[in-house]
Amino acid sequence: MTERRGILASYDYLDSAVEAIEALRQAGFKRKEIRAFAPVPEHQLEHAMGYRQSPVRVFAFTGALTGTATGFALAMFTSMDWPLVTGGKPIVSIPAFVVIGFELTILFGALATVLGFFINAGLPKWKSRVIYDPEFSSGRFGVYVSASQDRLERAREILVAQEPAEVREDSEGWGHA
Amino acid sequence: MATVTSEQERGALTHPDVQSFSQVNRDILKVLSRPGRGWWALFLAATAGMVVFFGAWGYLVARGMGVAGLNNPVGWGALITTFVFWVGIAHSGTLISAILFLFRAPWRQSIYRAAEAMTVFAVMTAGLFPLIHLGRVWHGYWLIPYPNERFLWPNFRSPLLWDVFAVTTYFTVSAVFFYLGTIPDVAAARDQAKGLRRKLYELVSLGWRGTDREWHHFGKAYVFLAAFATPLVLSVHSVVSWDFAMSIVPGWHATIFAPYFVAGAIFSGVAMVITLAVPMRKLFKLEAYLTVRHFDAMAKLLILTSLIVLYAYLTEFFMAWYSGEEVERSSFWNRVFGPYWWATWTMLVCNGLVPVLLWFRRVRRSIPALFVISIFINIGMWFERFVIIVTSLSHEYIPFAFGMYRPTWVEMAIVLGSFGWFFFWFLIFTRVLPPVAIAELKEVLPAPFRRGAEKEAAA
Repeated sequence: MTERRGILASYDYLDSAVEAIEALRQAGFKRKEIRAFAPVPEHQLEHAMGYRQSPVRVFAFTGALTGTATGFALAMFTSMDWPLVTGGKPIVSIPAFVVIGFELTILFGALATVLGFFINAGLPKWKSRVIYDPEFSSGRFGVYVSASQDRLERAREILVAQEPAEVREDSEGWGHA
Repeated sequence: MATVTSEQERGALTHPDVQSFSQVNRDILKVLSRPGRGWWALFLAATAGMVVFFGAWGYLVARGMGVAGLNNPVGWGALITTFVFWVGIAHSGTLISAILFLFRAPWRQSIYRAAEAMTVFAVMTAGLFPLIHLGRVWHGYWLIPYPNERFLWPNFRSPLLWDVFAVTTYFTVSAVFFYLGTIPDVAAARDQAKGLRRKLYELVSLGWRGTDREWHHFGKAYVFLAAFATPLVLSVHSVVSWDFAMSIVPGWHATIFAPYFVAGAIFSGVAMVITLAVPMRKLFKLEAYLTVRHFDAMAKLLILTSLIVLYAYLTEFFMAWYSGEEVERSSFWNRVFGPYWWATWTMLVCNGLVPVLLWFRRVRRSIPALFVISIFINIGMWFERFVIIVTSLSHEYIPFAFGMYRPTWVEMAIVLGSFGWFFFWFLIFTRVLPPVAIAELKEVLPAPFRRGAEKEAAA
């Protein structure tokens, strides 16, 4: 693998960042080589990056189904473990157990969703090697490109064409690109 | 005025005094700097309330449940009333953060963080009350199904156990939902902070950088959590209502209870949001973020829910009369004209009559008026639960077994002290986490465009 280097451009305007990403993508830069920063979730940026469905939904669905099964299993097997009739009801009283099944569906589904978010978003990541501009949580949009030395010059041209407020070099590149 | 077309334009109308993204960070994060005298005064009052709370609870534990006014026939009193009250308060936070999110209500952004924090702390408060009511609080873990040497399991056919599952799930999910939403804002606080504060914020923000990948999955996770929280919030107060409705006590055994309790919960919760938002707005100078429009929208929610609650009251009375059931009729007659008439009339006036004022636009747009009305509703909703629980139990089937209940000073100290415990946490929240959702607020502001608005229309 050739040595990689990085370049970060901070923009004051959303459309500058979006157009820079679109131009980069057209110039043949892969999604993994580009990273966008934004203070808000921005559909236009996501669209430019070419995202499809997030796999978080698989986590949510699996978690919810696991919860349903766990809830019913818990209520049914513990009731059969000590079969004591209360209120003249059957030992396995399905309508009563729907509540337990429902609550655990929500609980497991919600926790699995958060887990799915952490795994897919790569969090927690306290030691980030990507260079960063504190303005990204305030008002600026950023585009970071990591590529080999020769292609980086092309990236710099594209980024500068959109009049960034600031451009910074990252000599270490970005380890996991 | 031009017709409102996009969500962003709507936002520009909701916050006319907020000019730019960076202004949001400046204004909101300023709240986290040194607290003023007003905050300290409130904090000391809350801490004093918390001392009363734990003192009275300690006394109750040391002396036993005999110091509470509970006896036959009224075995549930002020403590259970307050449990239902706080669970109800919690509900509007989830309504604003999850249900209004799914409905894309444009006014929720500036209020939802505070409302969600209120949810978490209200459930934390509510959850203590069944434990206090246990008396021997150290046996509280018996509520949880765990393998033990006697192979005993809790009774899953009991609504009380459903409640354990509903409330613990609600607490976990709302705490997680709250935390997830704060991550980008904690990162914003981190980017401004220095020293130890910065390290702590970095830890809590999990190293959030606002990258495309983070936002992409964040957005999806948020939608799913909202979709999970929405049926959850409706289920929690339904399950709480079944604690009563599943029994055969006259005044409790009604199918209307679940929707009636859910509407009441949202009613009381929105009132509490107003009670909290008014001083917060003043203390932290958030006038540009919590505008009159937001209060107007919440007041309309109060009108809707107060009408549902009033309708439920009237339906209950009608059904008691129409059923022809002697015991049922007697129970409801006793509510209005019996020894607890004052509690019932407080409830009817505060929840049915006072909110009629909100039909007037002038009242909805007057913040002092809303604050006063919200306090009336808080009181009224506490009394609603008191009426449901105490009057029903005091007047069941056999006249021989009728009886009165009066809360003792210990119970009332715990009930009032619980506000100290709640406000203690809420006040700390306003100082350590951005009390207005920074990132979500920006979503409704116009994004900065270099090439004007024509590009936005095309996108």
